[in-house]
Amino acid sequence: MGAYVIRRLGYGAIVVFGVLFLLFILFFTVTSPDDIARKALGERVPPAVVEQWKINHGYDKPLFPAPGQWADNMLVEHYRRMLTFDFGRSDADDTPILERIRKGMGPSLALTIPLFVLSLLVAIPLALLVAFFRETYIDRAGVILAVLAMSVSVLLYIIGAQYLVGKVLHWFPISGFDSNPQVVVRFLALPIMIGVANGLGGDIRFYRTVFLEESNTDYVRTARAKGCGEVRIMSRHVFRNSLIPLLTRIVVAIPFLFTGSLLLESFFGIPGLGAITVDAIQGNDFSVLRTMVYIGSLLFVVGQILTDLSYALVDPRVRLE
Amino acid sequence: MESHLISNGIVLVMLFGTAATIWAVRRSRLWSSAFVSLWHRRRLALLVTAVYVGVALLDSVAWVGGDSLGGDTVSLHEARSVIDRVFGGSQEKSYSAPLATTEFYGGRGLRYPGGHWLGTDMIGRDVFYLTLKGARVALLIGGLTSLIAIPLALLFGISAGYFGGRIDDVVFFLMTTLASMPGLLLLIALIMVMGKSTLAVCVALAVTGWVGFCRVSRGETLKLRELEFVSAARALGVSEFQILTRHILPNLMHLVIITFVLMFSGLVLSEAILSWLGIGVDGSWGQMIDQARNELSRDPIVWWNIAASGAALFGLILAVNFVGDALRDVLDPRTVKDEK
Repeated sequence: MGAYVIRRLGYGAIVVFGVLFLLFILFFTVTSPDDIARKALGERVPPAVVEQWKINHGYDKPLFPAPGQWADNMLVEHYRRMLTFDFGRSDADDTPILERIRKGMGPSLALTIPLFVLSLLVAIPLALLVAFFRETYIDRAGVILAVLAMSVSVLLYIIGAQYLVGKVLHWFPISGFDSNPQVVVRFLALPIMIGVANGLGGDIRFYRTVFLEESNTDYVRTARAKGCGEVRIMSRHVFRNSLIPLLTRIVVAIPFLFTGSLLLESFFGIPGLGAITVDAIQGNDFSVLRTMVYIGSLLFVVGQILTDLSYALVDPRVRLE
Repeated sequence: MESHLISNGIVLVMLFGTAATIWAVRRSRLWSSAFVSLWHRRRLALLVTAVYVGVALLDSVAWVGGDSLGGDTVSLHEARSVIDRVFGGSQEKSYSAPLATTEFYGGRGLRYPGGHWLGTDMIGRDVFYLTLKGARVALLIGGLTSLIAIPLALLFGISAGYFGGRIDDVVFFLMTTLASMPGLLLLIALIMVMGKSTLAVCVALAVTGWVGFCRVSRGETLKLRELEFVSAARALGVSEFQILTRHILPNLMHLVIITFVLMFSGLVLSEAILSWLGIGVDGSWGQMIDQARNELSRDPIVWWNIAASGAALFGLILAVNFVGDALRDVLDPRTVKDEK
């Protein structure tokens, strides 16, 4: 077990190195520090101002290692800053990035954790139900509804629900956020409902496929042959043995709870990490964007390691060696 | 600006390609029976898709000259497509409701009373016209991206699966690295560093989209490599290149078709999100939805813009999703698992 964990962590570290290299290619060579400076300052500024801006924002070193300068260049500097979480300041408004991330994480989690839990609580029972009635009209209607729900753009869900629930019915405020937990519930209810509705179609279809695959196995037929009830088969046999593919989808999603939801947060004025990212796009804030991609990838690698470890917990056949 | 000639050329190539495909499908028993059973299962969805493709093609054939309906002389010198010509010059000054005879705010008379089936938008453009033009953009996004992503994925997937060893290690590392970056964030980063353009959006979608299919084609090649007919070909002294093109590639074709259709709807939906973030493709339905999002808070509300673009987007995605589902059942009896 210990050796496996170490090897798995080692591979995760290699992937993080690869991600950082790709980020360097994108944010330092495809868009050079000069481009970034000009986007922040405007096109018609004297070169001296651009140079000063680059010094202030830590872009003033040569890009690649050269003889005599193995340590003092942007590539090494990029790895050092990212790996030590020294993200520096925003290219657009000079605020410390780490500070912003720390502030944004709370609102993001307040939105995504209930969204995540509720999605599971709604989608899995519905998928079990559809799979239970397989090859009947309920199943077919369920699948068609799921495809219909998947074909609606998330933008329409958001705009439509905001209009209907917020403006016409006045059930919830249209957008905003508050640090008081009792008030914030009213702000979060609508985005959470929309998030659940948006993912529901795809989720049900995926879980249904998994459950159906499991119900065609031999041991399920044996259970049925010896007189097990259908409900018992679904809950005790099919569901428990479907946990591996379910975990792959679920555990990987957990780390993304921290990065929040880009669309929901910016639509509903929730000051989380997703909204920070959207601001970074609009403000050409490359350092914030770079940091967000890095954090997202880091969390994803962690999620994958967690998934692999969780296999061992639910399936005794999986031995980690 | 000769861009309309390129566009015309692409239409011509596509028509030839379609003709060649029909010819090839009719010659092969496998593919023609697959098509027949697809047609029986999803007649409506196929027809709807064909309508979208037809509109997109009509908007792609363009030429200079002809008369200008609105009487403005500028448009005489630029290339206009068939769709542009049908709606030529039906420009109003501001919002008007579907089939209205007066402007929505103020009630001044329109130049074309009752002529705008779906009304006009804020600067008086005909919404039906804009919606039709969106079909070309959507198909361009899906088509161009697939044209970049699928060959790339096949190249990497087949060579990794067939040759194994170091090549496999490198490709696998590349796939894991790209797959470890959250899709939407990577997409945004790519477009931001490449600058906002149609090509940048398609390249970015391709870079984030090829990994899934690369994994599938690598796995399938690994399986095919061990089969008897490949061993037989190798024993007979057939070159590696011929084994790959004659024996491996044709056996991956059904996966290519399934991936193309299943990927397509995801690409168009992603573009809608990008449009909302302000980095999408000009003239797409996503952009229309984005522009219309504040119209619902007007009083009285302006609903036709978002309804038209939303319905057009929904119709295309739904039709393609239905075709894709049936296609998967027809072509791959073992049913590939959802790749989500």
